[in-house]
Amino acid sequence: MELTLWTYEGPPHVGAIRIAASMRDVHLMLHSPQGDTYADLLFTMIEREGRRPPVTYTTFQARDLGSSTAEMVVNSLRESAERFKPQVLMVADSCTAELIQDQPGALALGADLPVPVIPLEMAAYTRKENWGAAETFYQLVRGLLSRQAPPPGSERPPRDANTRPSVNLLGPTKLGFRCRDDVVEIERLLNSMGIDVNVVAPLGASPQDLQAIPKADANVNLCPEVSDLTCSWLARTFGMPTISTIPMGWGATRDFIAEVATTLDIDINVDAVGESRLPWYSRSIDSTYLTGKRVFVFADGSHAIAAARVARDEMGFEVVGLGTYSRERARDVRAAAKEYGLEALITDNYLEVEAKVQELQPEMVLGTQMERHIAKRLGIPCAVISTPAHVQDYPARYSPQMGFEGANVLFDTWVHPLIMGLEEHLLHMFRDDFEFNDSVGPSHLGSEGEGARAQDTSGGHQTDDGAVVWAFEAEKELKKIPFFVRGKARRNTERFAVEHGLTTIEVDTLYDAKAHFSN
Amino acid sequence: MSSVIASTVGEHHPGPQKQERGQRAVFCGLTSIIWLHRRIQDAFFLVVGSRTCAHLIQSAAGVMIFAEPRFATAILGERDLAGMADCHEELDRVVSELIARRPGINRLFLVGSCPSEVIKLDLETAAAKLQVKHENRVRISAFSGSGIETTFTQGEDQCLKSTVAELPTLGASEDNLIVLGTVSDIVEDQFRRLFDDLDIKNIHFYPGRKAGDLPAVGKGTRVIAAQPFVGETARALIDRDAELISAPFPLGAEGSKAWFEAAAEAYGVDSERTQQVLEMPYQRAKRAVSVHRSKLEGKRIHFLPDSQLEIPMARFLSEECDLSVNEIGTPFHDQLVMRGELARLPQDVPMVEGQDLDPALARVRAARPDLTVCGMGIANALESEGLRTKWSIELVFSPVQGFDQAGDLAGLFAKPLAREEILEVGSWS
Repeated sequence: MELTLWTYEGPPHVGAIRIAASMRDVHLMLHSPQGDTYADLLFTMIEREGRRPPVTYTTFQARDLGSSTAEMVVNSLRESAERFKPQVLMVADSCTAELIQDQPGALALGADLPVPVIPLEMAAYTRKENWGAAETFYQLVRGLLSRQAPPPGSERPPRDANTRPSVNLLGPTKLGFRCRDDVVEIERLLNSMGIDVNVVAPLGASPQDLQAIPKADANVNLCPEVSDLTCSWLARTFGMPTISTIPMGWGATRDFIAEVATTLDIDINVDAVGESRLPWYSRSIDSTYLTGKRVFVFADGSHAIAAARVARDEMGFEVVGLGTYSRERARDVRAAAKEYGLEALITDNYLEVEAKVQELQPEMVLGTQMERHIAKRLGIPCAVISTPAHVQDYPARYSPQMGFEGANVLFDTWVHPLIMGLEEHLLHMFRDDFEFNDSVGPSHLGSEGEGARAQDTSGGHQTDDGAVVWAFEAEKELKKIPFFVRGKARRNTERFAVEHGLTTIEVDTLYDAKAHFSN
Repeated sequence: MSSVIASTVGEHHPGPQKQERGQRAVFCGLTSIIWLHRRIQDAFFLVVGSRTCAHLIQSAAGVMIFAEPRFATAILGERDLAGMADCHEELDRVVSELIARRPGINRLFLVGSCPSEVIKLDLETAAAKLQVKHENRVRISAFSGSGIETTFTQGEDQCLKSTVAELPTLGASEDNLIVLGTVSDIVEDQFRRLFDDLDIKNIHFYPGRKAGDLPAVGKGTRVIAAQPFVGETARALIDRDAELISAPFPLGAEGSKAWFEAAAEAYGVDSERTQQVLEMPYQRAKRAVSVHRSKLEGKRIHFLPDSQLEIPMARFLSEECDLSVNEIGTPFHDQLVMRGELARLPQDVPMVEGQDLDPALARVRAARPDLTVCGMGIANALESEGLRTKWSIELVFSPVQGFDQAGDLAGLFAKPLAREEILEVGSWS
């Protein structure tokens, strides 16, 4: 039993619904009690979808248990097949249905339905949403393609010299982070390289489209949370190479172009493919103030790793924390964290994330909807870079995260919550101006300084363990430091005092600590 | 039903003419926690369930409530289900952790879910055991919000019903009035002022703002429902000798007036005095409703089953705003609490109990009403087909009861129609 206040991911069957909702001409029959239809609103409200997900819920009640639930499954299957006429009918249990063991998959296979059936096992009590999406996509692709598979060990015939090279974009889904726009951006990028996109899946694909997957020369593993399993099966079964660089950020986009060129054995001049404003914006002098800003990154695996690289190499931030809620991606994130000299935070307990942010006192948080709330409470600027995300993170405008335009978007999005260049300096100099002071918050952001103001009053006069006490004058001096660096100054000074065996912090201690830590 | 004080006799709407079974697009009772945890300020709701339960509540709550919520989920894992971990011990550990973390909590509800019901986890016994351990610290009890037993607002009914046994017994010579069902703080304050003007004393709102605000109940207790989803609790109170005052719900100018009149009549308040007290707020409510009338009159409205508020809302809109009601869907029908409403509803309104989603949507598409009241999962799907909707959860989450909210209530229905007139982009039809 695990105490959970907020959850980063839904249950695995929500992952299955995401695949169904992303595609055309499929239907999912979910054996489930009343209430599980809440999943519909994730799509219709958060992503403003104009249709319900293609899901039929059996909706069993207590009085049905032990007698008629299996019958309800068969009836729902027949009605779904009849009413929606899908090309493929997927069948799964939600968490409660798993307990009553009606085996809807087996019932479906035995029901002589006029439509191909893909049974899914969702493992509700051990797995979560992204796993469910990956497993569903894999079962669907495998179910539709295994009959086409060449005998094991066959060589993949070389591409005809007269046909344009092509790839599949695998992984983008509904309720993914900016998948809609990333697909457009990457397709445009590939086209400009003379490469066709054969199939995009699951987003917008029909089962018939999936049948065409093996026609491409390679698979782009665009959202590994969803497509890893499928890409490796396609590599094993059809000998299709996987392109695994996530083109997020300027450098990674160039690496992606290079990997595509190598994989497809074509000549590409990376500099000629496209360009982003990010490198120049980051080098322009206004961005000097970004230097060494301490950022905390927490997201799904692929967005966390990509964001950390952009943060350090392309924005000039210092990455002080890196983590993910996704245990499936833990190994990759741990390896990435090592490169920044960090121990990765792998947890799906948001209280642990909050404690870490509080401890690190970063100047900026790049995270999910959860971290947005944590950061707001602590008065720290934040940008959302990953699911779970709320309705405002499904914007009307074109707003990719990937490719060269994606790099531009990242620059703008991450700079926006911060106090800008000279404003930051003026706040340092004249913090008592009654109209223009740090508790007002960034001047371009309206009321968003409120969290910081609330935080400001919470300053204690001693450390948590009571070992070090702030003298009145020192506390007063501390408050002259703008709020966005005050937490760091407080923490450093207290650490300095403890390390030097001091029990009281005087004004001089504050400046001694400042000198000690300024490097 | 001698313990029910009937106020109106005559031709009633017969109630649902049709029962439907099939796929439902309605939340489960766990969703009630979203408003209950805000209403009862020192209570904590611990759902014993699955990740789905946790995800449902946070999604239905608009994903996030900024402050740390007073609800959580103890997520059952494989070890719990396989019997490798003793669920009672596990619960003991989780509850201790929780109580240590939230020192301000005086009341803990263990909330049963579909999985906990299916594995027959006895939360009442668990609560009793935990109570012994935390005797002087926090009051612990259990109720079920599972989807296999409850729909959406029924969670509140189960919660309240579970506390009825704890209510102290009212002294033989005393009397009091219990206003049953969550209302917002501002509505409570307005109602208290009016009851005071009517000289009706000893009013208790149940649930109250604090978990310890438990009214006494006994022979001198009268109960009036402020919400239509409290039937089981009303029955439990009747079992403890309370009398239920039959009235329509305090929605709209007419509903609010009839509601207060029924209470006043039960208390033997002089009717002239009653009219005198109610006249000003009643006229004010009518003026407020009339502002929205031009948008609403002559329109056709269709209710899909969701919150149990469908019948009173349909009554308000037909009685005060001249809408015609195409169909009322209700998750379940409770004659006991709906009597006062059915008496005021046009008798020819089609009413369906339960739901079979796809045929129900087909009827909406065929009728193309001007406004469809439905759950959040369906609203945008209908909008994209050119049908205007009002999502019903807003009716539960907004202060709509009483005279001074009557205008706001009409406004909730008028707004989607007004929006259609204002917008010059795209098209709904």
